[in-house]
Formats: sequence, structure tokens, C-alpha cells
Amino acid sequence: MPKISIQDLKKIKERERSRMVLREGEFRAKVTVHMGTCGIAAGARDIMGVFRDEIAKREITDVMLTNSGCAGLCAKEPMITVEVVEQAPVKYIKLNKDKALRIFEEHVLQGNPVEDYALAMGSETMAT
Amino acid sequence: MEERDAILKKKREADRVIITPDELEQLDPVIEKYYGNPGYLIPALKEAQEIFGYLPQEVQYKLAVGLNIPASHVYGVVTFYSFFTIQPRGRHVIRLCLGTACYVKGAKEILEIVQREVGIDVGQTSDDGRFTLEAVRCLGACGLAPVFLVGENTHGNVIPGQTVKILDGYQ
Amino acid sequence: MCASPSYRMHFMMCAGTGCLASGSADVRAALEKELVKRNLQDEVQIVMTGCNGFCAMGPLVVVYPDGVFYNQVKPEHAPLIVEEHVLKGRVVEKLLFKEPAAKSAVPLMKDIGFFGLQRLIVLRNRGLIDAENIDEYIARDGYAALGKALLEMTPEEVIEEVKKSGLRGRGGGGFPTGLKWEECARYDNFPKYTICNGDEGDPGAFMDRSVMEGDPHSVLEGMAISGYAIGAHQGYIYVRAEYPLAIQRLEKAMADAREYGLLGKDILGSGFDFDIAIAPGAGAFVCGESTALMFSIEGKRGMPRIKPPRSAEAGLWNQPTNLNNVETFANINPIILNGGDWFASIGTEGSKGTKVFALTGAVNNVGLVEVPMGTSLKSLIFDIGGGIPKKRKFKAAQIGGPSGGCIPNGMEDVEIDYESLYGVGAMMGSGGVVVMDDHTCMVDTARFFTDFSVEESCGKCTPCREGLKVMLDKLTDIVEGRGREGDVEFLQELGRHINGTSHCGLGKSAANPVLSTIRYFRDEYDAHIHEKHCPALVCPELIDFVVIEEKCKMCGLCYRNCPSDAIIWEKKQVARIDLSKCTKCRTCIMNCKFGAIR
Repeated sequence: MPKISIQDLKKIKERERSRMVLREGEFRAKVTVHMGTCGIAAGARDIMGVFRDEIAKREITDVMLTNSGCAGLCAKEPMITVEVVEQAPVKYIKLNKDKALRIFEEHVLQGNPVEDYALAMGSETMAT
Repeated sequence: MEERDAILKKKREADRVIITPDELEQLDPVIEKYYGNPGYLIPALKEAQEIFGYLPQEVQYKLAVGLNIPASHVYGVVTFYSFFTIQPRGRHVIRLCLGTACYVKGAKEILEIVQREVGIDVGQTSDDGRFTLEAVRCLGACGLAPVFLVGENTHGNVIPGQTVKILDGYQ
Repeated sequence: MCASPSYRMHFMMCAGTGCLASGSADVRAALEKELVKRNLQDEVQIVMTGCNGFCAMGPLVVVYPDGVFYNQVKPEHAPLIVEEHVLKGRVVEKLLFKEPAAKSAVPLMKDIGFFGLQRLIVLRNRGLIDAENIDEYIARDGYAALGKALLEMTPEEVIEEVKKSGLRGRGGGGFPTGLKWEECARYDNFPKYTICNGDEGDPGAFMDRSVMEGDPHSVLEGMAISGYAIGAHQGYIYVRAEYPLAIQRLEKAMADAREYGLLGKDILGSGFDFDIAIAPGAGAFVCGESTALMFSIEGKRGMPRIKPPRSAEAGLWNQPTNLNNVETFANINPIILNGGDWFASIGTEGSKGTKVFALTGAVNNVGLVEVPMGTSLKSLIFDIGGGIPKKRKFKAAQIGGPSGGCIPNGMEDVEIDYESLYGVGAMMGSGGVVVMDDHTCMVDTARFFTDFSVEESCGKCTPCREGLKVMLDKLTDIVEGRGREGDVEFLQELGRHINGTSHCGLGKSAANPVLSTIRYFRDEYDAHIHEKHCPALVCPELIDFVVIEEKCKMCGLCYRNCPSDAIIWEKKQVARIDLSKCTKCRTCIMNCKFGAIR
């Protein structure tokens, strides 16, 4: 007997898609720390720690903290992507603990992107 | 003559870290795990090296007998792959990346500084057992070139002048 | 007569990841259907564009020439938009987008060079999913291709689709993947194996590491599809020892896939069984060669053997075996889902799809870049890479690692595809691009690569084992000032013999770095040999360590940085170098901003 069927696969896809889209009342912000080998070597774990600590300290429940692989721009690691509900995701580069704290305060909590550290907003282009 | 031989033998033994039969028993689970599986030798050697830090003759023999393959074959594999070593290593292993990106960005200068300051060449261990120097071919962290690892710690974007200061942190 | 239709109207649809996630592909399909229904397909064209930055309001449809923005468009809105806007010329008020009052100062991804020119297929999930969460992979169409292949296609149809795509091996050789599968499928000798080559040995290349770390399931899925196509039930991923994180994430991905039954027995109820094991490498560059890699999996010394028989006939444990590179496998899923024709519409005549490049060396935006085949080297280095740092000059780009060659300044208009690169004496290789500025000595670079190949030669055949050693000695003589008349000609002849008579791919291409630098930088070799001078000031034996008085700006930087107190300098005085103290470490040269030391 197969464990899951093609229909199950579609259900997982729909469920995850709706989970990954931010909306009011559930998650209002998502922070993705890019943790490939080069990101980790450049200090991505520390950045992850800053967000984890702040979320725990302030008992915040509606901010999603996750990690992902390399974002591609190794020269500007560590990098994160911050997405706030109803706004385009913003990529931040060359982070340290202080910058991460400021981004958490201003962008994640208050919804104002920190222009000083931002590289760009939006998403990448798929080949079509 | 006999006296000289005894002295030499003693000296050789003092130089060599002996692995006792008791310690060799740690290999038993590894042998049990891989016995009879095709393609077992390289993962088995890896686990053995994780246990002892290197692969001396005793370990190679025991694996050969345990896995039922010729010792010469084990030795052939150990000496073919750069990941395996038959010499004990220093407390801190410096793995200097000499990949193209690091080379273009000045890894050669760092290599020369380490060779000069620590007094060891690639593949050697310092007399005090503090450092072993290894050259590696690209750690895949080219964005941070030039890069070297000391143990598990990555030092990236190294300016040659900082090398000695970084190494001072490892005693 | 078949004239290309002149469209009176365009629908610009955002194909950014945000809009795709919120269903822009479905909206596109609904709009297309609606246009065909009303026979408007020759009047209105749908164009997919990059991200507009309003991802939360997606999917977005911008109608030109009117410039009207519709947001949060759903497939059921398609008849309304076509009926009202296209036919009646009336704006659909309820879908109208209201521009926010204040515009952000942060630029859009599509407007900045590094990201704007990239087109992702292989790296489609980069930075978007948690590599250790199989559900997030499934959310982005993961395992849908496997489902389609197993339940709706025969193995022959899968191979046909891959052949139609024109996909060629991304590991370096560029052999058509579909043909490789077809050959392996032909042999009736079971068991068969499919292997993923993750032994990314070329220094300066790290795209495979990034895919295995960031999107491990895409590799597993591609392998399972290949297994189905050729009739293999067991796969191996050979990963180099230097990539512990990749091994860890692949192991997690395999465990999760087994949990869901996407690996193992009777996958998705199709009756097809397939599983994968990891074979860790132990540090040997030559194991990137197919037969050596297979010996290494068998637990032997990784030394290539003579072909034929080809691996497709007698590979791992002498059974029919298919071997593809990580990036090749990551291309399979989109090909199965979107069709071979879609893939073949991207790229050039002979090289289809995209290629991932690891851009490193003397370039501002060091990183991983995926562009359509046929993109010019210039665009890669200057538009995407952001040019050369420290206002230095571009000298050459080394493509293809120790098997590749250099492309010099002046030839950067070359389009990157398999044939064009071969034509200029380089090769695609795995896609490492190392950019070199005018502070790089090409003779020293050639020596570096030869040293690499000498170290990594397995020693089985003489041209590679002995020939490269002789080549290295000769190059060492040249960079240390012992070069003689005729050395270059000797290197060329020796190089031709090594390339022509070696046994495996490593040896057959090992002389390329030397031959290509001689081809384009003969003057540098001559300067080393005849003038005993290194023009790039890299080879210490061939530098005078003398200050050029006219050029010295008396800044004292050399004085302050010299580690052996060999510089004599006072304010407002030209510096001098005390050669009795100088250790030729080149610190002064690297610090001088005016090129005043020769």
C-alpha cells in the first residue's frame, strides 16, 4: 500500500500554500534567515539567535521565524528576508546583531522597512 | 649495538601514540554495521577516523580482518583519499582553502605566513602538537575568500596581516 | 500566409514568486481560455513579467496601453476582464488597484542588476523554502512532476520529453541527458542504478552544494524520475566530504520522503519502487569522473577505467548505470511539469535552458547566478556581477576550473553556451567563473591549475602523471626566473600530448589552463622568460622591488605596512626599499595605490 496518494499530495500543497501566505489574525510577519554554508560561516546563526531571543523575550506569537538555503549573493552575507503582511518581502544584507535588532523593531514589529540595510524588495524572476 | 636498537625502539614507541587492544574494541560496532554491505569500506574508515582521529596500522589491520578484505586494499584506499590520515593530528587543524577564488584573493600570502610563523609545511604537525596544516581545494565558501578553518571555526575575508592574531587565539 | 499577429493590447502578468504562490498561473490559464473562446488570441497578448513589488496584492494584471492595474485577480474574474475591458473598453472598478500614498525608497528586485537579470529554473526554490520541511517543497509543486511521470506517462514518454527539452549534462561534458537515459534504458540487465554526481570538485564552483543544501528534494525527485525512465530501483548520491551540511540535509530529506512514501515501495500507488542512499566521498578530485566515482562507491580507489564499455552498459558493480550531475537532476522536474518544448524555448540553438554560475574572484557581487544560456560574459561580470572592485581593470575570466580556460579582456562579448566557450578555448565545466583583475599573473595562474592537477592526478596513466609534473616544473622555472627560450613552445607541444593521450577527462583537459593562457597572454610568458619581469607584479623572483620616483606620492603607506622594516621613508620624501631587509612579501605593492613599485 502506498503511504500517500496523488490526492494527498495536492491537499498538502493547498494546506501549505495557505499557511505560507501571511494574513491578519494569524502570522503578521515572516523572517527567513538564509543559512547555506557561506551564510552560516558569515554569522547567520547569530542573526537567527537574535530573532529567536527577541521573539521569546517579548512573548510574540504571530511572527514566523524560519530558515532557508543560500540566497545567492554570497558577497553580502549574512542575509535575511522579512515579509510583513500585505507588503512585498524585503531582503537585507551584511547583517550583524545590532542591525538585526533594529530590523526586528522597525520592520517586523512596526512594518516600516529599514532602508539603510535593505538591498531590494520583491521576489526573483522565474524562467517562463 | 643492542643498546642502540633498544634506544631507537623506545624512541619510536614514545613518538607513536599506541592504540591499545581495549581501545580497538571501539571498532567492533563499526565492523558489525558494515560487514557484508557492498561499498562499506569508505564509510567504515570515516567512522574509524572519527573515533581515533587518524588511521594507524592497528586500526587498518583490524578493519581489514573484520570486514574480510585484504589489508593492502585498505591501505590503498586510505592513502588514495585526502580525507584520511595515518598520522596523528595536532590539537587544532588549520584547513586553508587554496581554491581558485581564494588563490586569486591572496591565499598564497596566508599560506606563506602560516608556514613561516608556525614553522610547518602543508601536511605537517607542529612539534608542540598545537597545529596541523592542511590545504584544501575549495570549501565552497568563495564569497568569503580567502578562507581558512581552524577546527570547526571558519575565518573568512582574512587579511594576511591578521593571520598571526587569529592563530594566537588557538593555544 | 502566416503573418505574426499585431496585438492591440497586452496583459502584463507578474510572474514573481509572490504572485505565482497566490495563483497567477491559474489566472493566466483562465485569461488565455477566455481570449480563445472569444477569438481574441491574436489581438491580446499575455506577457509574464518580473515582480512589481506588490506581492501581497497579487496576482496582478496590468493592461497596456491603458496602464490599468488590476489586483487580487482570481481565475473567475477572467470573463469579466475580457468582456468589460477588452470588448467594451470599460475599466473593471472593483479590481482596480489603489497605489499606496508613499512609495518606498527600497528598489525592486527586478530593478537591481544582480537579481533582475537572473531567470530561475534550477534555483526556483532558493531562499523561499525551509530545506528541511518537505511540505514547503510540496507547496511549490514539489513531487508533482514525479506524480505526473509515474501515473500519467510511460518511461518512454518521460525520456521523449527530456530529449525534446534539449537538456545537456550540467557537470561539464554537455552530453544530451535524454540520449543518456535512452541508452541506459535499452539494456535488459537488472538491477540498474542511477547516480547523482555531487562531487563538486572544481575549485570556485559551489552551485551543486547550494542546491543540495537549499533544495534537496529537487535532487531526490529528479533522481526518482530518472530511475523510472531507465528502470532502476536504487539510486546513489555521491557527495564530497567537504559538504557536511549538504549530507545532513539530504539525509533529512530522504527520511521525510520515505515517511510520505515518495521514496520506497509502490510510490504514489504506481507500483514503482525506488530508494536512494548517500555515498560520501573522501576527498579526491578525480572521483568526479564517472567510472572513478563508481569505483569509489564500491569502496575502491577512485581510478578511472578504459571505456568502452560505457557506464550505461556496465557501470556500478558492472550493471547498467545512469550518472547525472546535481544541477541536471534539478532541471528534470520543471521539464516534466511544463513540457520539453517550454524548456527548449529558453536558451540558444544548441544549449537549452539556463545555467547556474558561481561567480567568484575579483568581482563585486560574488554569488550564485542563474541566467539563460546565451547570456554574454560581459553581462554576467558587469551587469550581474557589478564589475571589478577597487576600480581595477578586468583582465580575464577563468571558466570551467582546472579543465577550462581563460577568456581575456576584449572577448567578453562571447555568449555563454557549450559551443561558443569551446570555440574560444574554454569550456562550460560545472560553471565556476573566476574573475581576474590586472593584479593577477596569468603564468602564475596556469602554474596554480597545473599544481592542482598534479596533486589530483590518480597516477594511472603516464601522460597525466608524468607529463603534468614536467609541465609544472617548467612553469615553476618560468615564474622563478629560470625560463629559457623555447619553453613556451615546449609547453605547447607537451600540452597537446597530455590532452591527446591521457586516459580520462581529468588528463584530457588538464593542459587547457596552460594552453589557453599561452594563446591569449603570450606576452606575459615572454616578459617572464626574456625580461625576467612579472608584469602583474605577482611572482616575487621577478620583481625588482624598486620605487619608481616619478610615480611615488610620498604617502608612506608602504612604510607603515612593511612587516620587515625594509622601507626607508620620511614625510615629503620618496620612499626607498632596503633590499638587504626586504623579504619580497609584496605587502608594499599591495598597499601602494599609485603603482609606484616595480
